[in-house]
Amino acid sequence: MNVASTAAAPAVTVAHTGVSAEGLPEKIGIHNLEFFYGESRALKGINLSLYANKTTAFIGPSGCGKSTLLRILNRMYDLYPGQRATGEVLFDGENLLDSRVDINLLRARIGMVFQKPTPFPMSIYENIAFGIRLYERLPKSEIDGRVESALRRAALWDEVKDKLGASGLGLSGGQQQRLCIARTVAVKPEVILFDEPCSALDPISTAKIEELIDELKQDYTIVIVTHNMQQAARVSDFTTFMYLGELIEFGPTATVFTTPRDKRTQAYITGRFG
Amino acid sequence: MANSRQNNLYASRRLRNMLAKSLAYGATAFGLGWLVLILGVLLIHGIGGLSLAVFTENTPPPGSDGGLLNAIVGSIMMTLLAIAIGTPIGILAGTYMAEYGRHDKLAMIVRFINDILLSAPSIVIGLFIYEVLVAPMGHFSGFAGSVSLAVIVIPVVVRTTEDMLKLVPDTLREAAASIGLPRSMMIQRIAYRAARAGIVTGILLAIARVSGETAPLLFTALNNQFFSVNMNAPMPSLPVVIFQFALSPYEEWQSLAWTGALLITFTVLGLSIVARSLTARKS
Repeated sequence: MNVASTAAAPAVTVAHTGVSAEGLPEKIGIHNLEFFYGESRALKGINLSLYANKTTAFIGPSGCGKSTLLRILNRMYDLYPGQRATGEVLFDGENLLDSRVDINLLRARIGMVFQKPTPFPMSIYENIAFGIRLYERLPKSEIDGRVESALRRAALWDEVKDKLGASGLGLSGGQQQRLCIARTVAVKPEVILFDEPCSALDPISTAKIEELIDELKQDYTIVIVTHNMQQAARVSDFTTFMYLGELIEFGPTATVFTTPRDKRTQAYITGRFG
Repeated sequence: MANSRQNNLYASRRLRNMLAKSLAYGATAFGLGWLVLILGVLLIHGIGGLSLAVFTENTPPPGSDGGLLNAIVGSIMMTLLAIAIGTPIGILAGTYMAEYGRHDKLAMIVRFINDILLSAPSIVIGLFIYEVLVAPMGHFSGFAGSVSLAVIVIPVVVRTTEDMLKLVPDTLREAAASIGLPRSMMIQRIAYRAARAGIVTGILLAIARVSGETAPLLFTALNNQFFSVNMNAPMPSLPVVIFQFALSPYEEWQSLAWTGALLITFTVLGLSIVARSLTARKS
């Protein structure tokens, strides 16, 4: 495992080259999306395609709206009054902003991993089994199997297999974050949203999570918000640069990082602001 | 190097620091002093009367020996019923304010009224229950006593439930929502679990609070010289018995009042210690 070299990569190195949007199936299509916190408009006319089984990174300076955009995709903003979105977000062709959409079923299909690890106040096993039991009635043996495969998927199984009954809160930060990934994966979503998943973690844990994200995209469509441009370059196939609530540039990660079309993108990725 | 900084400015700062520190220590000693004094006097007067008879015999007529059995049982019964009535109402109201009504006007109004209720003089609550329960029923009863204690329990539980649920981070709520958990289940399975120690602490503190209440019981449960578990009849309680016995001219009664006061004080002390250790373990 080349943990050290990935974690400490000095310059922006682009891992995925040669990806182009030509002919890729679209998992989520965003059209003329606007978002409001009360009266103030946080997103302006966003148009974007998120491709199936690809990783798309949202980058941009603080306050540019990248987390806001991510939180629209599973309607997390619905928890808070006064926040609203207009426009269209087509998820497999269905507008998920439609008020008739069942939010809970939607969120079971579009999972999310947060900035800070958020294990539930229960055992490691229960943290994962809990989500499975929400939508499926399974015999205990099958749940055991699902818990194990989810933990394996999150590269956590070997570390916790002997203490599945212990509290999830007793794990280290990096382990907790992988537990949260396992919990998300166990519900069998189609899309996983990562909201700065490594910003609270040390470099080694960060490298592990990045590896995981790379593996997960075989089965899931992944969207990741990150402040870390090296990370965006390492894990994503497509990159979206946002600035002041607008989508400035979208394209294959290699293109965005090596030959950005917009001057602001270039300024940001070369570290001149943000 | 450090010496160069020990000028007048620093010296006066040190002086002010010393002054503030000694005032703080003084205030603490003043407050704690009374507590120690109360506990000490209680122990000296109360412990002598402590015997098995206190727990096995009923309150005596003047001039003879006896115990506090009927008062202890009455207090326990009324407190338990008060908790049984007040806790569900308090937890549900607190849940509404912390989980559903965070941005509602109604929650603000309920919180305001709850704060008033929290500091309402308990004698007013006793009179209120007298008006709405005792007068229509035509007699004093243990039930009315329980209801008046429940009115004291409710605001305490509402407040702690709301405060404890608000301490549960929103990120945990979002995480629960992110796997498709409906809000009602999130509250039951995640938020209550995260806030459990705090909510239990609130209930214990409510028990501690009501177990010493005298005024509301005077107008509702009254008192009873005899052993009674009939909630529909007047019922004795420790605080009321203490009140009555302490003011009496009979020495046996006065001694029993001291013992009763000792029992209540140390029960409350014990409950508070359990409550504190519960919250301490959580954090």
